[in-house]
Amino acid sequence: MSEPILELRGINKSFGPVHVLHDVDFAVHPGEVTALVGDNGAGKSTLVKSIAGIHPIDSGQVLFNGEEVHIHGPREAADLGIEVVYQDLALCDNLDIVQNMFLGRERGKLGLLDEADMEQAARKTLASLSVRTVKSVRTQVSSLSGGQRQTVAIAKSVLWDSKVVLLDEPTAALGVAQTRQVLDLVRRLAEQGLGVVLISHNMNDVFEVSDRIACLYLGRMAAELPTKDVTHGQVVELITAGRSGDLGIARPENATV
Amino acid sequence: MTENAADTATGEMTTGETSAAKVTESGDKSGAIADFGIDTTSQSTGEALKDYLSRVRGGELGSLPALLGLLVLLIVFSSLSDTFLTLGNISNLLAQGAGRTIIAMGLVFVLLLGEIDLSAGTASGVAASVMALHLVEGGNLLGGMGNVVFIIFCVLLAIAIALAALLRIWPGVALSGVALLICVLGVPANPWVEMLLALCVGTAIGCITGYLVAKVGIPSFVVTLALFLAWGGVILQFIGDGGTLGLNNEVLFKVANGNLSTVSSWGLFVLAAGGYAAVVLGRHFGRLRRGLVAQPTALVAIKVGAVVLFSAVATYLLTVNRSASTLVQISGVPYVVPIVLALLTAGTLVLDRTRYGRHIYAVGGNAEAARRAGINVAKIRMSVFVIASSVAALGAIVYSSKVGSVDPNAGGGNTLLFAVGAAVIGGTSLFGGKGRVSNAVIGGAVLATIENGLGLLKQPAAVVAIVTGLVLLLAATVDALSRRRAAVAKR
Repeated sequence: MSEPILELRGINKSFGPVHVLHDVDFAVHPGEVTALVGDNGAGKSTLVKSIAGIHPIDSGQVLFNGEEVHIHGPREAADLGIEVVYQDLALCDNLDIVQNMFLGRERGKLGLLDEADMEQAARKTLASLSVRTVKSVRTQVSSLSGGQRQTVAIAKSVLWDSKVVLLDEPTAALGVAQTRQVLDLVRRLAEQGLGVVLISHNMNDVFEVSDRIACLYLGRMAAELPTKDVTHGQVVELITAGRSGDLGIARPENATV
Repeated sequence: MTENAADTATGEMTTGETSAAKVTESGDKSGAIADFGIDTTSQSTGEALKDYLSRVRGGELGSLPALLGLLVLLIVFSSLSDTFLTLGNISNLLAQGAGRTIIAMGLVFVLLLGEIDLSAGTASGVAASVMALHLVEGGNLLGGMGNVVFIIFCVLLAIAIALAALLRIWPGVALSGVALLICVLGVPANPWVEMLLALCVGTAIGCITGYLVAKVGIPSFVVTLALFLAWGGVILQFIGDGGTLGLNNEVLFKVANGNLSTVSSWGLFVLAAGGYAAVVLGRHFGRLRRGLVAQPTALVAIKVGAVVLFSAVATYLLTVNRSASTLVQISGVPYVVPIVLALLTAGTLVLDRTRYGRHIYAVGGNAEAARRAGINVAKIRMSVFVIASSVAALGAIVYSSKVGSVDPNAGGGNTLLFAVGAAVIGGTSLFGGKGRVSNAVIGGAVLATIENGLGLLKQPAAVVAIVTGLVLLLAATVDALSRRRAAVAKR
């Protein structure tokens, strides 16, 4: 197995008196999809936001490419090559696909934009991901469907040569066919050598695309296993009870938030 | 509820997939990147027109209603009044509307963020009164204002410099600094210095407004409403109750009342029309060369040809003698035309072609997305107020020049509301994220035409005000309806 591109060791995070993450270990491998599952309030979003530099961690180590890093803000995470695609997507409705993909990192000289160059790069990226549903890259984002928006948000991370992409519930609001497309896209991201983290509540999605499953239970990492070694039922038990047979936390009944 | 949403999403998807299939087909034919077949083919004229029509039906009206309205107004007024379409009146109309239109052009930047600057009118009045005071007092602002007022004025300028420096808006720092220098050094009166001073005072005012909105976080409506009142008082203080400061200066008078010579009129035509053609054609062939989707060459050529032809005819007509008496000859393009054109070009360039302009649209569309993309939202927000006030000061130079004096009402009353009206009538949205500088010019032309035309028909001020109000209401309705239409059509 390859070396992890991103590794967290013993991460702790509290919000005031609430201890949200307890000694969490987590690793993301290049070319793999790691599913991060857990019940509501298990700490999934907090973990992602800690990685993205939105919440500073209280203690623990973050290793990127084997070297310890300290991420102090979203900008620093992006500079390392960590992109987060949030649930609410955060696209500008009044701009088109190219403009959104390059937002904040426009190409051009002396403040003047090089539209043609950006348009070509955006097209190349979308084509490399075999995105077939957008008619033109000059379509305004306001006229795109939910799945297409998700696609644009994800493609943005590919365009920027990210190493790690964190997807927060990318299929939550999508229909069947759109979910299909996004999952295909997630797979292709991994095939391109990126480390992908997929947060999802949907077990079908998780089993379909992930290589590994990491399960959080009340802020603790209950288990981190290859997907092929666990069953549907086991994962559900891990999510709800923190333990399933030999897997999971030794004494989940003692775990408190 | 959730199921419903999922259903519609799936429904949409099916149509999405059909069009995707079509795209792939056409892509295979062209042999370029298969997924974006449509992007790589040059559209036919028919396709381009159909595309445009579907966008209009989808609610992206832009300046279309205003242009149609302008056309209707021109037809109505020229049929009702013999004098309306005379050359003298047209050039008069241009000069009449210019000041307000320029203020509106600056306001577009603020409106793009979904903010409003109610103080731009009186702020421009402050700039105008400082300009007039400097001229009248021969550069001795200290004498003109009195010690206390002068010191407060200079402190405010210094504060503006500091605030601009805090958010690293360097042009704001530089221009406010120039204003402070001119005041403190007592630079002798000179029309060009006066105009520079007016611009710089506008910039300084914008720095203060912008900081209060962007950094302190007071809603722009409240900040600018308060400043609207305050600046009104400042103008009164500078000029004195019932006083008037005359602008007895050849250069300042000519800004809004002078004309280019026949030769320079044609020079302007070559520069403007030639420049427009070069930019549009250059971009068109550049896109074709790189294999990007482009409008059909014939359509672009027709568009460029129409603009060139129109400006040639306009230039010719404006160089014909339009004086009513035989004693004097009045001809040439009014100076306000190149002034407005230059601002229009600069504003359009900034908004369409620069990183800064793109960030303005982004913040106006979704501030949170812009923030996550690493854009300094506060800086953008402050900078648009700086632009609005600076440009408003330029407008003040023009309208003061038109009247030939500055009185305590300068920039007060309806000035600002007319300017906002011009931007909105032209198609700029008050909700932010949608609008262009050209909207302000078209809207300004509509308002100036109404005022001028009804005046020629001997209608009282009451009628003019009522009609103007109704036109603005109509424009806002069109905006709201097209927005709703866009929402229904697309989601």
